[in-house]
Amino acid sequence: MRTNLRFRPVAVIGAGMTPFRRRMLDTPQELAWEASRRALDEAGLELRDVDCVVIGSAPDAFDGVHMKGEYLAHGAGGVRKPVSRVYVGGATGVMTAISAWYHVASGLCQKVLAVAEEKMSPGRPHPQSVFRYIWDPITEKPLNPNLIWIFAMEMHRYMNVNRVSKEDIALVSVKNKRNAKKNQYSQLGGDITVDDVLKSEVLVWPVQLLDVSPVSDGAAAMVLVSGDIARRYTDTPIWVEGVGWTLDNTSWPGRELAYPRYLENAARMAYKMAGIERPQKEIDVVEPYDPFDYKELHHLEGLLLAKKGEAPTLMREGFFDVDGEIPSSPSGGLLGVGNPIAAAGLMKTISIYWQLKGTAGGMQVKKSVHTGVAQAWGDLMQASTVIVMRN
Amino acid sequence: MGVGWYGFSPHVHDLSFREMMFEAASRAYYDAGGMDPRKDVDTFISCQEDFWEGISISDEFAPDPIGGAMRPTMTVAGDGLQGVAHGVMQITSGLADVVVVESHAKPSDIITFSDVVKLSEDPIYVRSAKVPNIHFVAALDATKFLSRGKATRADLAEVVSKNKSAGLSSSKAPYAARIDKDYVLSQDYVLTPFTRLDIAQPVDAAIVVVLASETVARRFSDTPIWIHGIGFATDSSNLELATLGEARYMRLAAERAYLMAGVESPLKFRGIFVDDRYSHKELEHLEALGITDVVEKLREGYFHPGSYLPVNPKGGLLAKGYPLEASGLSLLLDAVEYMREGEESAIVGSWRGFFTFTGSVAVMSR
Amino acid sequence: MISVTVHPLKEEDLKRHPVVEDKPKARYSYTAGQALSVFLNGLKEGKILGRKCTKCGRIYVPPRMYCEDCFVPTSLWVEVKDEGVVMTAVASFISWTRERLDHPEIVGTIRLFPSTARDYVYPGLFHRICCSYEDVRNMTIFGKIVKARWKPREERTGSINDIECFEVV
Repeated sequence: MRTNLRFRPVAVIGAGMTPFRRRMLDTPQELAWEASRRALDEAGLELRDVDCVVIGSAPDAFDGVHMKGEYLAHGAGGVRKPVSRVYVGGATGVMTAISAWYHVASGLCQKVLAVAEEKMSPGRPHPQSVFRYIWDPITEKPLNPNLIWIFAMEMHRYMNVNRVSKEDIALVSVKNKRNAKKNQYSQLGGDITVDDVLKSEVLVWPVQLLDVSPVSDGAAAMVLVSGDIARRYTDTPIWVEGVGWTLDNTSWPGRELAYPRYLENAARMAYKMAGIERPQKEIDVVEPYDPFDYKELHHLEGLLLAKKGEAPTLMREGFFDVDGEIPSSPSGGLLGVGNPIAAAGLMKTISIYWQLKGTAGGMQVKKSVHTGVAQAWGDLMQASTVIVMRN
Repeated sequence: MGVGWYGFSPHVHDLSFREMMFEAASRAYYDAGGMDPRKDVDTFISCQEDFWEGISISDEFAPDPIGGAMRPTMTVAGDGLQGVAHGVMQITSGLADVVVVESHAKPSDIITFSDVVKLSEDPIYVRSAKVPNIHFVAALDATKFLSRGKATRADLAEVVSKNKSAGLSSSKAPYAARIDKDYVLSQDYVLTPFTRLDIAQPVDAAIVVVLASETVARRFSDTPIWIHGIGFATDSSNLELATLGEARYMRLAAERAYLMAGVESPLKFRGIFVDDRYSHKELEHLEALGITDVVEKLREGYFHPGSYLPVNPKGGLLAKGYPLEASGLSLLLDAVEYMREGEESAIVGSWRGFFTFTGSVAVMSR
Repeated sequence: MISVTVHPLKEEDLKRHPVVEDKPKARYSYTAGQALSVFLNGLKEGKILGRKCTKCGRIYVPPRMYCEDCFVPTSLWVEVKDEGVVMTAVASFISWTRERLDHPEIVGTIRLFPSTARDYVYPGLFHRICCSYEDVRNMTIFGKIVKARWKPREERTGSINDIECFEVV
């Protein structure tokens, strides 16, 4: 572990999650409870040991509950404790871990439980309709947009500027669904081919059904403690060494979409803190946010792991495969595991934690890993959160 | 270090919430000694909730108007004072030197206000009960509080009269009025034990607060206001399991804040700014802050402006209205103004309103 | 293997469990504010109005009363052309409730003039584009110059829908 004297050391000592599924009988509180319990079990803690709870959850409208943080607090162990909820749209999952980090790093808390939950199934007629309300209510919503539009617009721009083919993008979906087969929590693992993706239903050209992650219910939780006490609970604490986040402006129709400059900003903030100077050489494993397949490529470039427009080539060459140079989304990502928004972001962080701890089971990558990065993305193509961890 | 606000009007119809945020932010940066948010601020925090805004992922609209675009900006879905706590943590962790905390409210944009409030009830059984009046939990809480035998309906009326009158000296109290206790008592009940005057009204406002580490604060300002302790807590969030008749969340939050600041007794402070969206809540919250015999003290005039320990000397939420998630910051704003007028120290206690059991406490001095 | 203590459901399983239905009655009247009110009135007149930051020269369409880069108020109303370049375009086969559409709806973003291809940020609108699915599929629409097709003056209501779509000139 590299010593960073500027910050108090913070370690992750436990994590847990529920399987991600299309629809669950359990209420949001019950899902949060299940994930929290598993995280505490892995850490060897009881709820009474926890000082603070940080909750992450994306739009309230999915669960249909206003002030969802307050509602979830009960299932997330947030009873008679400092509880707060952080929120940066789709990027919330990783932000929950970042927020838990500064809860501990500030010295205000010793042991923090970070919980993220999303239950997307209750929305009628389709969870998709919730997304109509994320647009500017005056200049955009009257056009009756749906969420896939913004992805499709960004994807097409990315394809156009960098001359990327649909086939190359489909490879991401194939890889992630294949990786997800090894993940016991996953919703959509399996062997598919590029052809399957290209033949699937066209939703919003260029986006087809298999380019997209599914709608899911699920929860994830993580325990972070201060460095002084981490070794009381485990011999293999995983250290949080860098955090970064950035929000770009709201006016997305008035900015270049082919490259996520906000992510580069967030990544640089996190890398600087972790002392990473050559990301491609120093990072061993990465979990970029992949609600859509092209997003993973887009984010690998923003994370400075590939030059602009080069991620598809590296992907084709197997650079980002489980046995490649920098395995990307070894968990199967959102495309394979499912996408309960905030929980999916925390799932990515947990995946890196398990990889670094060496307890990822079937998902464990071939090479030995020391530095891992998880990232999430959200809002109107404007938010990114990045966390760097080391063992 | 700097504070700025815009609004405090029941209906700001000429500015959108984003423009209100910009106005409030500009004033805060000016107040903080002419700070340039594009250069001098490290992180930004906005406090808001989706259903209050009518926009899913309302976080999207947070960065631009406060100078936070392409910078580390995040949202805390909670009261402004919780946002301040997050800001304090970002500073003490070494992540940031200057943090901006923003919160705004535009309840005048919400057509179905009480229906939106109801959405925060548990969807399975509390909401299915379809209780028509959104104040029912507050009324249950107040009844329990009164049943403990110390306070009477007249004491609640005294709180209303004290706060509404005190608001007349404030520039941001649209609901201030010179009324006496008897006038409050003569009103009809809306829901026992509340009359219309016992319940604070929502108000449009945007508030921005600039926080800084000690070194930076000394460089920008000769007269900063210090936050010595801050705490927040949630009691059980399930209605049927939470404690009614006392504010346990506030007690827990105060314990943490007092411990951090090394407070021996809240009576040594020069002012208390506490959430009073229902008249009994002021007394309940004072009790939770560790003040004993609140009813006797109220009757003796101990809490009146200019007395030993003024409580809400700027009128509280009864006079100002409550700007949803910005309520905590509005109390903090009062405390800052109060201290800038010459008082030494203050305690701020905020609450997120029903159906939550979450409160925050800040201990401050000049 | 983990012990499954959560309970996944299939669509048909829903009938076997009680379901609490609730339609949120959340309605809002969004305040357009200084900038967007004038913008919407401008659309009624057939004009696309923006605000210019006199410090850095950036033009905001849709307008904002503040410049996010300089953090000063924008101080000038300017009329931009109702012509621009297609930056991206997509063809939607699903509606906002995810029902299947027979004819794709084509939308995209347009970089309005005055601006140059080198600008990272520019006055831009998100709107419908009147072109064929083929044009989108083979990307020929990218980079084309398009112009707003306005609704007849008497049908305009001061809404973004006063522009029917952007079409290639």
